[in-house]
Amino acid sequence: MEKATDLLSSSQSFFSLKSLKLKTKQQELLLRISILGLVYILAFITRLFSVLRYESMIHEFDPYFNYRTTLYLTQKGFYEFWNWFDSESWYPLGRIIGGTLYPGLMVTAAFIYWILRFLRFAVHIREVCVLTAPFFASNTTLVAYFFGKELWDTGAGLVAAALIAICPGYISRSVAGSYDNEGVAIFALLLTFYLFVKAVKTGSLAWSLGSALGYFYMVSAWGGYVFIINLIPLYVLVLLVVGRYSMRLYVAYNCMYILGMLLAMQIRFVGFQHVQSGEHMAAMGVFFLMQVFYFLDWVKHLLNDQKLFQAFLRITLTCAISVGVIALGVGTASGYISPWTGRFYSLLDPTYAKDHIPIIASVSEHQPTAWSSFMFDFHILLILFPAGLYFCFKRLSDATIFIVMYGLTSMYFAGVMVRLILVATPAVCLISAIAVSATIKNLSLLVRAKTKPTQAGSGKGTTSTKASSKGALDQSLPYQKNGAIALLVGAFYLLTRYAIHCTWVTSEAYSSPSIVLAARGAHGNRVIFDDYREAYFWLRQNTPQDAKVMSWWDYGYQITAMGNRTVIVDNNTWNNTHIATVGRAMSSYEDEAYEIMRSLDVDYVLVVFGGVTGYSSDDINKFLWMVRIGGGVFPVIKEPDYLVNGEYRVDKGAAPKMLNCLMYKLSYYRFGELTTEYGQPPGYDRARGVEIGNKDIKLEYLEEAFTTSNWIVRIYKVKAPKNRW
Amino acid sequence: MAKSSATKDAQALFHSLRSAYAATPTNLKIIDLYVIFAISTALIQVVYMAIVGSFPFNSFLSGVLSCIGTAVLAVCLRIQVNKENKEFKDLPPERAFADFVLCNLVLHLVIMNFLG
Repeated sequence: MEKATDLLSSSQSFFSLKSLKLKTKQQELLLRISILGLVYILAFITRLFSVLRYESMIHEFDPYFNYRTTLYLTQKGFYEFWNWFDSESWYPLGRIIGGTLYPGLMVTAAFIYWILRFLRFAVHIREVCVLTAPFFASNTTLVAYFFGKELWDTGAGLVAAALIAICPGYISRSVAGSYDNEGVAIFALLLTFYLFVKAVKTGSLAWSLGSALGYFYMVSAWGGYVFIINLIPLYVLVLLVVGRYSMRLYVAYNCMYILGMLLAMQIRFVGFQHVQSGEHMAAMGVFFLMQVFYFLDWVKHLLNDQKLFQAFLRITLTCAISVGVIALGVGTASGYISPWTGRFYSLLDPTYAKDHIPIIASVSEHQPTAWSSFMFDFHILLILFPAGLYFCFKRLSDATIFIVMYGLTSMYFAGVMVRLILVATPAVCLISAIAVSATIKNLSLLVRAKTKPTQAGSGKGTTSTKASSKGALDQSLPYQKNGAIALLVGAFYLLTRYAIHCTWVTSEAYSSPSIVLAARGAHGNRVIFDDYREAYFWLRQNTPQDAKVMSWWDYGYQITAMGNRTVIVDNNTWNNTHIATVGRAMSSYEDEAYEIMRSLDVDYVLVVFGGVTGYSSDDINKFLWMVRIGGGVFPVIKEPDYLVNGEYRVDKGAAPKMLNCLMYKLSYYRFGELTTEYGQPPGYDRARGVEIGNKDIKLEYLEEAFTTSNWIVRIYKVKAPKNRW
Repeated sequence: MAKSSATKDAQALFHSLRSAYAATPTNLKIIDLYVIFAISTALIQVVYMAIVGSFPFNSFLSGVLSCIGTAVLAVCLRIQVNKENKEFKDLPPERAFADFVLCNLVLHLVIMNFLG
């Protein structure tokens, strides 16, 4: 029975290859490899929309930091990079970069860069960084193929590779230019899981070692490794509970845990967390449980006596459990095991961050996911996912149990946080691939079956959900055949819609760099707002080398990377108090803010303003978070002072404190003189659609230094203190 | 009365365990010895840490984890070469040993790096 040849209708045309005297096995292999090659290329080129639309540039916020560090790594070498103390950010504290970042991405990019240089390809490091994520997305398709093959069969592997290559949930974080940790981390995540499943299947130390190394790469690349170190123990525990414990599982898990933990400790940012933090304790607990389990199993095997073993079991179990509980209790009480972090809590309880940690809640990608974005990112996979789960349960093995658990847990996390859709994507693709592959295979078997009702009907016909749901039995063979053809056409129609949807989403939604904004003009032409880079270039050219720039933390990485100036706070939000100080300065009156800015040595203040262009993610819209974060540390800042009847407004009815705080003044300075839209009074804010309430803004301690052509970025200079006489 | 029966049970248990263990092949017994040695070394280090303190924590961790890792890997090897385990029928003992050596190599290279 051919496997892959069943899957694609195009395979029919390949039968002309018979003239080349290829055997069916060889044909199948050729077909499979060429499909995989095409998928590999497809995954790469579909992510290049952003390069075509804009240019080869780094996107968004965090990638700028990664780019900056990669540049440093390639220029100064690994040793300097590892010991890098950065005085250009978090002024006056500075930041120990080498010890507070996940170096996997930078090292990978630098490695690719060095290899290319060695091969005499004179590329710029920026090009390497831009194309790292698409390259790793291509590699992910290969891993998905092998994973699918391990879970089900080669057909499912091919479908999984094709699905994941264009799945929007993954593309959103891996388009060309989005040079972020997630780009390589999903590859590492899937690789670790694949190797672990393989290790459980074979019980071989070598595969387990491979999965430990994959885990090491994941730890070096992304903080999401916590998901692995919790999911795998959970999986082992479930296998234990349902009675599928095996020696293979013991070998796979213990080797992976010990080696993976040791390797992970080599990353300084992770350090001793594997033995000290509460998030990693589950893995350790399961490790000890495995030992106890193995020992008991061994003794039982030795004794061959039920009664004696019962006595033995009683003694050992009481000892083991009490020791474990005492160790955990003492560890937690003495503060040796740190409690769970806020991010972890907010995963388990989605409302936690909103109440306790405004800095996590303020990030848009940490919001709970809306239903529409599930549909947007998964499309038909959302429907195929339960079908795939059904098939997995139907053919339960260690591997399918793993993918079911991965799918379900990651689906839950995807519901909690928007950005974690990314983690769920590979599982959803794999499970859906099983559904697609199994259905199409059964249907095509029905179509191909000539008049052998005993074979096809009883053996395979029942496994086909759709065919059996129609109640087509062996007797009604003609209808069955027609129905199968109709369903096949339907399945292909669905898959085509999926491909069209993915391409559309990629080109329209996920390929904008967000540092260059594009809009449609009145005549349907594209208008490009390149204000950010204009402003950063101005900073680089016109301010003193050691100038300190204060802005909200979102723009910190970009200012240091593109403007090459020192910033007070940036996107690595490690010091909440420092950020709160900036939030306090932004939400105070000008004279109070001046005191704060003097104490922080601020020379320039940068605000982002969208009132002219209608750009809605500007600082005025983020302002309430500055108030909340500032107020969380400094109680003098109170959120109700900026609201009127619980409503946030900037027009005439706004709160007096709002109309006179620093952020308002800096955003709307001289805005009252400007007519932005025909038929509206001057000072009409297009982002919020109101006429502003304070048109006559006078600045006493700051002066306007630079405003970009579309007013998106405005930079002010902090005046020197007045002469005393 | 209850106590004496418990000790009796324990004694019976001990005896039967001992007699059952005597039938184990010699190569497995050697591995067992190795495992016991590794575990007792780890225990000695833990006791030492409890007395002296865990200051160079990475050194302590690498010491203990080296022992535990060795023990666990040896147990894995024992599982794989044990002829009674039907799950590993296809795995030749040479391959199992090669895997064991490879894992140990990685383990101790990392330990050397971590020892500080």
